[in-house]
Amino acid sequence: MPDAVGDHVFGTASGTASGTASGDGFDALPPGCSADVADAPMTSPVPNAGGGPVGRTTGDAAVVVDDLVMTYGDVLAVDRLSFEVAPGTVTAILGPNGAGKTTTVETCEGYRAPQAGRVRVLGLDPRRDRRRLGARVGVMLQDGGAWTGARAGEMLRHMAALHAHPLSVDGLIERLGLGSCGRTTYRRLSGGQQRRLSLAMALVGRPELVFLDEPTAGLDPQARHVTWELIGELRTAGVTVVLTTHYMDEAERLADQVHVIDRGRLAASGSPAGLAARGAENTIRFRARPALDLTALTAALPEGSAVVEPTPGSYVVTGKVVPETLATLTAWCAGQGLLPESLHVERRSLEDVFLELTGRELRP
Amino acid sequence: MTRTLSYAPAPGAAPLHRMVRSQALMETRLLLRNGEQLVLAVAIPLLVLVGGVQAASVVALGDARPVDVLTPGVMALAVLSTSFTSVAIATGFERRYGVLKRLGASPLPRTALLAGKVAAVLLVETLQLSLVAAVGLGLGWQPHGGLTAALGAVLLVVLGTAAFCALGLLMAGILRAEATLAAANLVYLLLLAGGGVVVPIDRYPDSAAAHLGLLPSGALAEGLRDVLSGAGLATGPVLVLLVWAVAAAALTARTFRWE
Ligand SMILES: Nc1ncnc2c1ncn2[C@@H]1O[C@H](COP(=O)(O)OP(=O)(O)OP(=O)(O)O)[C@@H](O)[C@H]1O
Ligand SMILES: [Mg+2]
Repeated sequence: MPDAVGDHVFGTASGTASGTASGDGFDALPPGCSADVADAPMTSPVPNAGGGPVGRTTGDAAVVVDDLVMTYGDVLAVDRLSFEVAPGTVTAILGPNGAGKTTTVETCEGYRAPQAGRVRVLGLDPRRDRRRLGARVGVMLQDGGAWTGARAGEMLRHMAALHAHPLSVDGLIERLGLGSCGRTTYRRLSGGQQRRLSLAMALVGRPELVFLDEPTAGLDPQARHVTWELIGELRTAGVTVVLTTHYMDEAERLADQVHVIDRGRLAASGSPAGLAARGAENTIRFRARPALDLTALTAALPEGSAVVEPTPGSYVVTGKVVPETLATLTAWCAGQGLLPESLHVERRSLEDVFLELTGRELRP
Repeated sequence: MTRTLSYAPAPGAAPLHRMVRSQALMETRLLLRNGEQLVLAVAIPLLVLVGGVQAASVVALGDARPVDVLTPGVMALAVLSTSFTSVAIATGFERRYGVLKRLGASPLPRTALLAGKVAAVLLVETLQLSLVAAVGLGLGWQPHGGLTAALGAVLLVVLGTAAFCALGLLMAGILRAEATLAAANLVYLLLLAGGGVVVPIDRYPDSAAAHLGLLPSGALAEGLRDVLSGAGLATGPVLVLLVWAVAAAALTARTFRWE
């Protein structure tokens, strides 16, 4: 597979790039398609602790998932999934409930053998070389992982004792705001405190790669910010981070690469900048007299745009909204002697993009 | 004041002995912190010992002095409670709550995890047996056979611990955590009542007595009663415990699920 990075120039959020099919920088993939072709380059400078280019080559990828298939009985949990993680970067795996995120991550952690396809972590087989990877990879499970009767500090100290050069346990406890619960047993910690302890357990051994399964689920806004900051610090320090999340904003904020998976398949892949560009398909809304003749406006707008009047007196322009679109609209209004009311440009939220990719119906 | 932490990677496993020690101390603290398990491990054995000596006129234990018969049996009971019941229940819940899973992704090898577990059990048993011995001596227990007998007793306890630990892990590996909790307590009670633990095997009906010595509980208790009465270390119980330990360990290795 040729390295896609650098081969394409994708559009940016300002929407000034050419309108090629890949101009969104965020390609929806046909089912079962490899991630490589859809990988968008960084359209904005992304911090990269390694100093080198963020480009990937199979040889030095921190994680390689290649055509992975995982089933539970009749349930196809992961369906020919492929992606790679470059060292020193943050990768977010995004997807609705049951998409196969945990299954994928846990296969990388060596808990399950791939039913088909191949997984490599730091160049090793996560099952065969489990012992060696145990020291190099930090793991935060989606839930559990600690003795319910163990105190928070004690649990973390035990994890530290299993590693050669652990972080300062007190420092980590303080950093994660667990100072007041050092003597509280795990079962009495709040859900968010349990998550934070679990994160600390993943980091205490100074790993070079961490898998964080929903690190911010159930956290309050303060704790979520601390976690975000911490993940930024990990990247600065050169740690490779693979995390799962349900939140587009989190993926956008933290990740160099985002892989959206749905029903076990890669739905889309790209950089957050690519995601933001996808958001450039905006909407303009305005109110005016009902039943305007929109033919001339439609003709004047760039190709691919449409104007409709969903309810009398309220109009919606959809399509790729760029500054010229707005200029065309207001020129047309002026020509009609029309003063549009409550005219506004709506940038589709990233959440909408996510919902569009993965559908709106509730997952089982 | 916030210290700045450097997350710069510095991966590496701790030396094996440090991992095993940390695991053993962690498990010891958890065992000692668990109230219900302490009742099984300490309160019930001491109750049986003191109660049994008081009621010896009612329950015929044979020609020997009741306290000399009861103390070794209660020691076997203490070993049973920790190495079988506590290990089975704790391991069942370790799996349920993902502790085994999480440790499986740490540098701790599985053998070190088991070593830590066994070390924790031996530590707790040392406390239990010291307590039982102290109370027994207080009630007039007179062990015979000197240092040789003591060493024989230690050997029996270690073998019994190995057999019971393996059986406890076997149960925890097959059943769900709740089922393990129920079954492990039930087995404890059944063996306490009819496993040749507290009441010497020759006090049981002949048909039962023939088989009780083949149970790990009966073998451990009978062996302890023999050796601590000065009759020497019998090979029968040693062999029985050895077979149980090896067989259960082999089965456990095949069936145990870590997640
Ligand atoms: N142990 C299991 N046995 C049977 N089915 C399972 C098991 N684990 C997961 N599944 C199924 O596999 C699919 C993928 O599950 P997975 O846990 O990987 O999803 P996820 O993306 O992590 O979801 P969430 O966001 O809810 O954590 C789901 O349909 C789930 O029901
Ligand atoms: Mg999950």
